[in-house]
Amino acid sequence: MLHMRIAKRQEPLGLGGSCLVLFLALALSLVLSGILLFLGGTPPLEGLATLFYGAFGSRWALEDSVLKAIPIFLCSLGVAVAFRLKIWNIGAEGQFALGSIGATWVALSFPDWPSFILLPAMIGMAMLAGGVWGLIPAILRQKLRTNEIIVTLMMNYIGILVLDYLVYGVWKDPSSYGFPMTPEFSDNAIVGKIGSSSINWGLLHCVVLGTFIWGFFKFTRLGFELKVSGDNVAAARYAGLPYDRLVILVMVISGALAGWAGFLEASATVNRLQPSIIVGYGYTAIVVAWLARLNPLNIGIASILLAGLRVGVENLQLELQVPAAFGGILEGLILLTVLAGGLFTHYKIERRRME
Amino acid sequence: MNMLKAVLVLTLSLFISTANAGEKEMKVGFVYVSPIGDAGYSYAHDVGRQAVEAMEGVTTSYVESVSEGPDSGRVILNMARKGYDVIFATSFGYMDPMLKVAKRFPKVAFLHCSGFKQSENMGNYFGRMYQARYLTGIVAGEMTKSNIIGYVAAFPIPEVIRGINAFALGVQSVNPDATVRVVWTKTWYDPATEKEAAKSLLDVGADILAQHQDSPGPQEAAEERGVYSFGYNSDMASFAPKAHLTAPVWNWGPYYVKIVEEVKNGTWKAGSEWPGLAEGIIGLSPFGPMVSQELRDNVAAVKAEIVAGDKKVFAGPIKDQNGVVKIAEGVVAPDADLLGMTWFVEGVVGTTE
Repeated sequence: MLHMRIAKRQEPLGLGGSCLVLFLALALSLVLSGILLFLGGTPPLEGLATLFYGAFGSRWALEDSVLKAIPIFLCSLGVAVAFRLKIWNIGAEGQFALGSIGATWVALSFPDWPSFILLPAMIGMAMLAGGVWGLIPAILRQKLRTNEIIVTLMMNYIGILVLDYLVYGVWKDPSSYGFPMTPEFSDNAIVGKIGSSSINWGLLHCVVLGTFIWGFFKFTRLGFELKVSGDNVAAARYAGLPYDRLVILVMVISGALAGWAGFLEASATVNRLQPSIIVGYGYTAIVVAWLARLNPLNIGIASILLAGLRVGVENLQLELQVPAAFGGILEGLILLTVLAGGLFTHYKIERRRME
Repeated sequence: MNMLKAVLVLTLSLFISTANAGEKEMKVGFVYVSPIGDAGYSYAHDVGRQAVEAMEGVTTSYVESVSEGPDSGRVILNMARKGYDVIFATSFGYMDPMLKVAKRFPKVAFLHCSGFKQSENMGNYFGRMYQARYLTGIVAGEMTKSNIIGYVAAFPIPEVIRGINAFALGVQSVNPDATVRVVWTKTWYDPATEKEAAKSLLDVGADILAQHQDSPGPQEAAEERGVYSFGYNSDMASFAPKAHLTAPVWNWGPYYVKIVEEVKNGTWKAGSEWPGLAEGIIGLSPFGPMVSQELRDNVAAVKAEIVAGDKKVFAGPIKDQNGVVKIAEGVVAPDADLLGMTWFVEGVVGTTE
């Protein structure tokens, strides 16, 4: 009965075609979510408009979305570096936690340092802690042949428990009535806001780091080696590329970037360490990295889109009382349709000749 | 493709623009930490919201599943920006974010549940749930056979610890030999984890379960194993008809209506309110058929004493787990100590870390 068949394209789909596929995929996910809204008793177009308005429709909304995109972007930038080498780092969540812990340790230990010393020290410590959290699974992989997916995932739980241990224990603010949170950071340890906006200078960190990573892959020999090794491990080894060392390197970079995100979240957004700093950015980062096909600029766009989705869903709830779970469903639909749309990059659907 | 077109046409045709609410309507917003379908804590607050919604000239809305970090600050801020007149934030972690927003919107009334910070236009409120917990403790102490009572608890924070202590004191008031074993789930709402935690308590011999979660997971575990349990937040009897003894429940409606009424009349002042059984903000859900009339009468008698103010739950002498007297004889623990409680009373098995 099937009159269609899937055939491989002679050449991958060009840029124009890819954009069209992406657009259709997004449109399909919106139509599906519109149907869902309708089934839930909400007028679909008004619902989607409310969602969009809440995410990007005003200066406030835009600021909120960008603000939320900052930690997602950095985590995603990190995992994308590892994914380039086909090393599946699922551990951004734990590396983020360790980064926030490292930064907090510096902030609480040396609150009186001037900010031009204190902030770089916090960043350094956050990168170190996050980097070490990425290094451990890399070494285990190289020495014991463990699977990095499992180990990085497990390290997430350990990292979050370490965070809990500290804020429920030694770092607990004595004036918090026993609630788990550190004292608020000193002003010197807080990354400020840009002008009169609610966006912090972390945005600039993102731009600089994103450019750096882009340039690293584009212009450096090491970056080239990473790309080649990711495409074909056997060929890379044969060509004498130091694959094992590259694995260590990407995991450390990956962890350090997630750690940096943890620093920003603790310093700029929460102004202290508390368990609720962990809200799953490390996992969202994986979704974003895939949606963006690991390209730094695309990661920026996808981060803002997904952050906007989460911010917009709050507006949707407030205005039309759509359940919070709708945001998660829409996110899943987008991932599903866009990734499925990726099929068309290398394949096409042909009409099957009738016998 | 035709299918797709049909769907598109359908969606378009059903696009109904709802008229904007009248300008003079008073807007009241609620921020919840879990989904309102949880049958638990947020559900109970939402029942209160519906009472406010029923008021003349008031519209309400809410945002659910708001995590306690920066997300909550944004949600509260957006409510204030959209001209909400009263905002209720119902989880502890919303306190600092709400305080920041309250400073920027001096004309909006902010109310924070379960915290301690306040300002000119931000008050806080909570219910003395520990009083109802004490009453359920009496039921547990009388009905346990193994003398091991399990307690599935969310996080080791004062609110939860206070509840466990009150429950244990209730148990000991009728059965000094019984112990209360605590398992922390480190979740507020994760039905599967909470059910597993409940099972682990049943495995060590507990024959009655109490809980401090937002889900009825522990009730389901008790029902499956044929033992008794106490729900929490709302009447959870429907989840475990054979296992549900009673539940300490919230009754927020009258309080929320009162506050909104006060703000409307301009008589509201930011303060700190901690009403309890006497004010009816908390209570017990109807007893299951397995609770004897005699026991019901006992509980009613103690409840009457608490309502009358003759009996205080945290009246000394009370010892901690190490046998050290924490509240001396003749002393009633002041509210500040209760709000910051981080130690377990004697007879509780578990740690507060």
